[in-house]
Amino acid sequence: MSQSVSAAGQGLCSCHVCNLVSRLERPSVAAHCPRCGTRLHFRQPGSVSRCWALLIAAYILYIPSNLLVMMETGSLISYRKDTIMSGIVHLWKTGSEIIALIVFAASVVIPLLKLISLTVLLVSVQRRSGWHPRQRARLYRMIELVGRWSMLDVYVVTLLATLVQLGSMAIVKAGPASIAFGAVVILTMFASKQFDPRLIWDPLQNEEFHD
Amino acid sequence: MADRPAQLIACHDCDLLQREIFLNPGCTATCRRCGAVLYRNATDSINRTLAYTVAASILFVIANLFPILSIEMGGDRAGITLYGAVLSLWDQGFQAVSVVVLLTTIIMPAIQLSSMAFLLVPLEFDQVPFRYTLYVRTLQYVQPWSMVEVFLLGVLVSLVKLTHNFKVIPGVALWSFAMLTLLIAAVASSFSARDVWARLDRITGRGVSS
Repeated sequence: MSQSVSAAGQGLCSCHVCNLVSRLERPSVAAHCPRCGTRLHFRQPGSVSRCWALLIAAYILYIPSNLLVMMETGSLISYRKDTIMSGIVHLWKTGSEIIALIVFAASVVIPLLKLISLTVLLVSVQRRSGWHPRQRARLYRMIELVGRWSMLDVYVVTLLATLVQLGSMAIVKAGPASIAFGAVVILTMFASKQFDPRLIWDPLQNEEFHD
Repeated sequence: MADRPAQLIACHDCDLLQREIFLNPGCTATCRRCGAVLYRNATDSINRTLAYTVAASILFVIANLFPILSIEMGGDRAGITLYGAVLSLWDQGFQAVSVVVLLTTIIMPAIQLSSMAFLLVPLEFDQVPFRYTLYVRTLQYVQPWSMVEVFLLGVLVSLVKLTHNFKVIPGVALWSFAMLTLLIAAVASSFSARDVWARLDRITGRGVSS
């Protein structure tokens, strides 16, 4: 690890579109990739503060997304209003254990995992921590990979609310939690896009780059 | 593809400066520090990706034209298409959610497939695609937001939920979505931006100095 050299440490900048490595002569001047013309940055500008902003917004919306009603279902014999969690419990009790587990993973585990992981990553980067960088890099790649699956519940509500609307015997309505939950998923996706994983490694070379 | 060894490459995940090495077909180069995938030697990348893209585009059209699921009640059959679901959600007052569904399941996949085609069709015939940087960049931004596979899982979960109370008939679009998911995965795994840039450099006769 001691001989590890980062591109930015050598004044070299990798284009995030075409991966061409080119030299940034004067970092203060706006530079563009010679091959594809993309604006070059050593590090994603404002990565940490933008990521925090999106993450805090996601935390705030996470509360109503779990407390408000996600879906209302009614038929001649019964009427229920379900939050995300009570919907999962209902699925489990009515014998669809596997579906309950899938929805639980997508709607509860993944959003929580993303919120907590991004917080850990941001705090560790801000404290310029050298703590297990490879594990943190792996954590980041994992949340990038699984984050999209949280959208599952939004699609399920969409389909059920539409399809059962067409029949007359029963009714399914989307609830306000679907808006909050959709926003949480999108905000955390934007937040993880904003996070620049190269910041995890900079403290190891005693380097600090902006922009 | 033409490999350009001895060229410098920086890991996009940790910025470690490394030299490119020659890869055998089907092999993957990973960063020696953080383990991120640096590049692959995807066999016949442009050809294959284009083939998958064309097939995926055809299925995309079918998946959007036909009903995904139908339910049968008292002899009546009611089916929904994806766009129908988006419209109905809008009418129920959930405009924000309906726009998100529209974007992630129709518009983003459409942009993804068409940018891929605009980029690869000219390259296939050794022409420089018009505004190619725009397409490469678009593909990068659009990819995380195109969620056909998540939607497919959503359809399957809905199917199971509905079978408790209704007679549900899977529609043509359900099968098309299943195939589309596989084909989009195939497009993603066979596409190699590195090969696209190598082909572009070759056509334009622009040697990349490092």
